[in-house]
Amino acid sequence: VTRPPTLSGWGRLAVPGRELRSEDLPALAATASLTRGLGRSYGDSSLPAPGHDRVAASPLADRILAFDPESGLLRAEAGLSLAEMNRLLLPRGWFTPVTPGTQLVTLGGIVAADVHGKNHHVAGTFGRHVRSLVVRLAPRGDHPGSIVRCSRDELLDLFRATLGGMGLTGHVLEVEVQLEHVPSPWIWAESDRYPALEPLLSALRAASREWPMTVAWVDALASGRKRGRGIVHRGRWAEPREAPARPPAPARRVAVPFEAPSWLLNRPAVALANALLWRRHPARGRRGVATPESFFYPLDAVHYWNRLYGRRGFTQYQCVLPDPGAEEATLRFFDVLERATTRGPAPFLCVIKDCGGEGEGLLSFPRPGLSVALDLPADPGIQDVVDALNETVIAAGGRIYLAKDAFTRPEHFRSLELRLPEFERIRRRYDPEGYLASAQSVRLGLTPPGGPHFSEDP
Amino acid sequence: MKAVILGATKGIGRALARRMVERGDGLALLGRDLEDLKRSAADLAARAPQAPAAGIFRCDLEDPATFAPALTAAEEHLGGLGAVVLTAGLFATQEQLEADPERARRVLTVDFAHSVLFLEEARRRLLARGGGTLCALSSVAGERGRKPVVLYGAAKAGLTRYLEGLDARYRRAGLRVVCVKPGFVKTGMTAGLPVPPFAGEPDPVARDILRALDRGAPVVYTPGVWRWVMLVIRHLPRVVMRRVGF
Repeated sequence: VTRPPTLSGWGRLAVPGRELRSEDLPALAATASLTRGLGRSYGDSSLPAPGHDRVAASPLADRILAFDPESGLLRAEAGLSLAEMNRLLLPRGWFTPVTPGTQLVTLGGIVAADVHGKNHHVAGTFGRHVRSLVVRLAPRGDHPGSIVRCSRDELLDLFRATLGGMGLTGHVLEVEVQLEHVPSPWIWAESDRYPALEPLLSALRAASREWPMTVAWVDALASGRKRGRGIVHRGRWAEPREAPARPPAPARRVAVPFEAPSWLLNRPAVALANALLWRRHPARGRRGVATPESFFYPLDAVHYWNRLYGRRGFTQYQCVLPDPGAEEATLRFFDVLERATTRGPAPFLCVIKDCGGEGEGLLSFPRPGLSVALDLPADPGIQDVVDALNETVIAAGGRIYLAKDAFTRPEHFRSLELRLPEFERIRRRYDPEGYLASAQSVRLGLTPPGGPHFSEDP
Repeated sequence: MKAVILGATKGIGRALARRMVERGDGLALLGRDLEDLKRSAADLAARAPQAPAAGIFRCDLEDPATFAPALTAAEEHLGGLGAVVLTAGLFATQEQLEADPERARRVLTVDFAHSVLFLEEARRRLLARGGGTLCALSSVAGERGRKPVVLYGAAKAGLTRYLEGLDARYRRAGLRVVCVKPGFVKTGMTAGLPVPPFAGEPDPVARDILRALDRGAPVVYTPGVWRWVMLVIRHLPRVVMRRVGF
């Protein structure tokens, strides 16, 4: 007897369904209500809606269609991974203009989430650098969805709704993006630690006035006077004279070979790990060259690190608390977090990033202010914690990041996402029958439950 | 190495072509869809700007009349011929093939008769040049008559025997025959099938094939663990094969 297949996001919270892969993404996408990439979104954004048995998966559709070594303009199929782009193009002096914290993502997924990175305060989201997209629209009646190109010059509404649109406006088939020329394939990295949240946040803001890449790591379990202690990282591409002559060697990777027991990441263990991370950082700070892999993708060094959370799985909560007043809102956020998680799930891996201007994507996440991200094990109390955090963020006028979300309630989402009506208007224009859906879109009330079914054989 | 690949736009063939251009090999890509071939050639050019540009030539495994012209044009483009690799093929489940005799005819014809005819055409050209490497993707499905792959496995068994015979007959004349026996590999061809243990990814499989091409290894199982899986399955008695599901 075989159990029905299940599919999950990076947080390992499974729903029924399976993914279908094919090199021929345009044909495959015509048979599915959603396309996913490498499944690195934490929650249910890449999972089939209830009643839909499958999602299309893009990673085999990974051809580079054009690359101009003079201008750095790249056009590729949506399944091309950032890891492959970096492997091929970084030695030639080209890097993605914006990178998330893992390179195990596809171009299509990057566009769907309109990702941001350590350089958000100067470079904006990935969408700012996208020239055009090729999208397979939802089917209409008996006609399979048409394949259209959209950009700032054609079908601008579709273009803006697709950047950060979580795959709900159409299947992204091709992406054309302007890469960034880098002076060397190495990073000049500096970091300093701070004993509490206020000095940490002001150091982060100060760093962003002078550095193109900044981020802060916070020990979210330190309390009292140590609450919010952490490390501010800043970096820039190294100049050739600072960098080693050789290109960085590919990082060695280890894997978590199987699912850890759920008690492994318990509160004392997490508190100890966080405290060690803080204490091991020299008080006088660190300066020096680093590899892009260790600077941008430290967690990629451990394959399947999500297995550490065990069978229960986990979620990442990420919100942005807007300026002005982001600092005060962040302090309040940590008050609520501490109260909500005293007995419940212990927050691990807390990261704060100051955001620059809002992107063009209609549901693009960042806006000027402070973004807070933290991993929470999916313990029984998780829904209450997410509810409490969402209410704090609503009160501050902030919003959440859909690529992370697994627990937000539809009524909260409407208050968090004031741009929703415009997004829904455009969605109806391109998908009037409401074919496209994900587990997340149904949970958040963006698409009605039920929805059409697709035949068994593509 | 100057190599012709039929099937380089997808799956294992795509991964193999990438590995070959990245180390500087000259390639001619054969396939039935010129638009698709163009996209693959662009991909290879972007990955390895220093390698010679890959040529593209129309060749349809369902139409033997296309074999000779495509190989002639490819040989001309390469200015030589070191290896011919056949990675294309058709797959369908046993249930699909039993339900649809026309589909069964296509799979049996393409995976056996036409594959052999294509390889014969390539063999003649390689021998005329004094030798070279002839490589085809057979399958572990051809190792033993098994419930889920009765028809597909029969075609692949025939292909395996043909390659074995070529090796016996022409090895001395300079023909190096490489029979690749992939286990389950996660490509578009196997999309939607339940994924068994020991399933492989296209790129590591391509790495194994390239090593076998360079060495002229007559038989290669990939992922390697399938050698031992099939060793066991080959020795299971009939009464067991009638009972088990694999």
